[in-house]
Amino acid sequence: MAERFRLTVNGAESELEASPDTPLLYVLRNDLGLKGTRFGCGNGQCGACFVLIDGHPAPACDTPLWATAGKRITTVEGLSKGHELHPLQHAFLAEQAAQCGYCTSGILISAAGLLAKNPRPTEGEVREALDRNLCRCGSHNRMMRAVLRAASEIAP
Amino acid sequence: MNTVAENRFKRAGSLERNPKLAQWLRVHRDGTVSIFSGKVEIGQGISTALAQIAAEELGITLDRIRMVAADTAASPDEGVTSGSLSIQDSGVALRRACAHARALLLESAAARLGVSVRDLQVADGAIRAAGRSTSFWECADDALFDCEVDETTGLRSPRDYRVVGKPAARRDLPDKIAGRPRFIQDMTLPGMLYGRMVRPPHDFAELISLDDSKLRSMPGLAAIVRDGGFVGVLAEREDVAISAQRALRLTASWREVNPLPRDVHGWLREHAAEHRVISEKENADAKSRATRVLQASYTKPYISHASIGPSCAIAQIDDGKLMVWSHSQGIFNLRRDLALALGMREDTIVVRHAEGAGCYGHNGADDAALDAALLARAAGGRPVQVQWMRDDEFAWAPCGPAMALSLRAALDAHGDIVDWEHELWSNGHSSRPGRADNPALLAAWHLARPHERPSAINMPLPAGAADRNAIPIYDFPNQRVVNHYVREMPVRTSALRSLGAYANVFAIESFMDELAQAAGIDPIAFRQRHLKDPRGRAVIDAAARRAEWSRWKSAEGRGHGIGFAKYKNLGAYCAAVAEVEVDHEVRVNRLVLAVDVGLVINPDGVINQIEGGAIQSTSWTLKEQVKLDARGIASLGWEDYPILKFSEVPVVEVELIDRPELPAVGAGEAAQGPTAAAIANAVAHGLGLRMRDLPLTHERIAAAISQST
Repeated sequence: MAERFRLTVNGAESELEASPDTPLLYVLRNDLGLKGTRFGCGNGQCGACFVLIDGHPAPACDTPLWATAGKRITTVEGLSKGHELHPLQHAFLAEQAAQCGYCTSGILISAAGLLAKNPRPTEGEVREALDRNLCRCGSHNRMMRAVLRAASEIAP
Repeated sequence: MNTVAENRFKRAGSLERNPKLAQWLRVHRDGTVSIFSGKVEIGQGISTALAQIAAEELGITLDRIRMVAADTAASPDEGVTSGSLSIQDSGVALRRACAHARALLLESAAARLGVSVRDLQVADGAIRAAGRSTSFWECADDALFDCEVDETTGLRSPRDYRVVGKPAARRDLPDKIAGRPRFIQDMTLPGMLYGRMVRPPHDFAELISLDDSKLRSMPGLAAIVRDGGFVGVLAEREDVAISAQRALRLTASWREVNPLPRDVHGWLREHAAEHRVISEKENADAKSRATRVLQASYTKPYISHASIGPSCAIAQIDDGKLMVWSHSQGIFNLRRDLALALGMREDTIVVRHAEGAGCYGHNGADDAALDAALLARAAGGRPVQVQWMRDDEFAWAPCGPAMALSLRAALDAHGDIVDWEHELWSNGHSSRPGRADNPALLAAWHLARPHERPSAINMPLPAGAADRNAIPIYDFPNQRVVNHYVREMPVRTSALRSLGAYANVFAIESFMDELAQAAGIDPIAFRQRHLKDPRGRAVIDAAARRAEWSRWKSAEGRGHGIGFAKYKNLGAYCAAVAEVEVDHEVRVNRLVLAVDVGLVINPDGVINQIEGGAIQSTSWTLKEQVKLDARGIASLGWEDYPILKFSEVPVVEVELIDRPELPAVGAGEAAQGPTAAAIANAVAHGLGLRMRDLPLTHERIAAAISQST
């Protein structure tokens, strides 16, 4: 049942052999070693596994490998350029915008997807963009501030 | 004459159990210091605060501190990371240990330089005297710390603090924000197999049948492990383990347990096994002045931990020795119960802490550790990683217990409370491992030779458990508080952030508002006239001032309310003011909290914990209840267990009252009760109707409105 797949993740192409129904999440984490994308619920309801697929935030747990053919996938690891963090990541550090940090990757991805489309979002637009991501520790307001801070630094 | 034993003073914090200096720190030649704490990082930032305390007392910069992950083979046994006690237990011990270590290093340096200690000039571990120099790092010698901590060593005065009391960035966040592997869920060991558990999404009495014939040939499946009703799968790939788990579950049938009660709170009231009067005060004169009596009943449902990352563990058995990585809150307690469940000696097991997703109490972490260990027995020496699926977590992790409460009070003609009664009905609030004769680990109850399930218990007062914060902090001339303990557990329960304090404070502070209203007195003035404790009065004043309580402009459907408590009646003071809008549902617009935790170690850490606690409590209070059907827990996914979303989160403002002269206490649980009460009181203010059953959902609001019209 395993087939050969060619995948474009964070700008790099890789080839692997897997069943076409394999959720993208496990390919990213276990085949490509990109552990920043995390399992939360398995059906796209919490956002912990969000990645950008052609620029749109989508749950990797609910995306079968076959559906990623020809698409550009960006994971949290792909937000930074080498060792230089994405402005969102700098802003999250500056605002200390996390407690446990398990939901953080998915939230960074949703925020990056938003800022790519809308570089100067309003607070309401940020809330709307992050509404599919769950955070259990209650770091929401810090993350909101961090996204707005990053936006003002990217597009002052 | 006193014996020596009677004369012995009690050691500070965790030094009582771990008095050796070498248990706490090691100084390295490379200019760093390893700190060994038995308390663990669970997303609350404790490792940063403890590093600050160590750096301060050693007189070195924070970046020289290396916090070593807790490990049963290397760390002091500090019990469980719970109860907002890490600063009191570990922080206090580290402060003393590091002060003593610094004194020993200075003595050693003085001897080396041939001067006296008071001639030394010390800066960040570099030491100079008489034109010569040395350093902590040159003086580092393991033999130096082979002694008991001398608690008479002078401590640095809080007035001179340079690291403690200043905001410090969390040490674990750079990895977590960059998306680097940091969690136990991210660990990969060479040759690791992936395990998944095959359990029904509800409690069961017995596994009746299982048909694994079709699965045995599944490519990549390494093993199907069965021991009585315990079933798990092992695979080379994680996605294969999940597919196998799902397929196998469809072939299984389980005998169900007795149906759950339909009305849990009514059932609790009828099934108490023990009735304990925990506080009683009598003053007949005062009682005789009573002119009005009020009574009210309140309820709190079962609440799920609902961490975003399901529980996970890694286990490896090699040469008869078991190595376990776990995000448990109590690695030594877990080791004890693993030994009981597996029939192994404790000294053949090592448990090492690895960070997991947010932990708010006794979740599935310990259970996953036994799951992994049992699967590792079939892995031929290879390491096994088990992560629970979302429905495993909702169905099997212990819940925060449901509670029923009845309050009754009498007012005199001046509006003073002259009599107070508080009764509560609840299961125990702790079934943590390491405390009973039987392992408190899920899989142990399902083995072919099963262990008996221990019942959840309550820890004794003054901290208490179900009765935590049940004794009012206000000064009433007459009072009676009764804890009705229910042993039989329809749903597995254990510790969830703040334990009984959430419901007790919700009930007490709601009732205080009901009484204030009956007396025709402003809720804040009403509290102040019954409260002597000056620190309590100060946080109430601070929250009221910051929220501009007295300048409130009323409008249709808007309300504000206050809630207050001193956590456990021993710890942090917290007052919360909530501002809400209510129509058919409640929207919390703003929360203002004032907090006094004594000496503040990391101001931003405390604020982060209070903000997070307030938002989580808002979520519990507005939305959360574990749904039950006859078979068991029916909330198995986020669709059945909604939590607060970004669009629903209120503005949260936190004001810290720093008291550097007073002992530091924990902040993690202080906001839970006061926030709930503040919201309920604000809803009553805005709606003109009192809601006494949590959560305050739109169904409940609609029902209350229709009943009142």
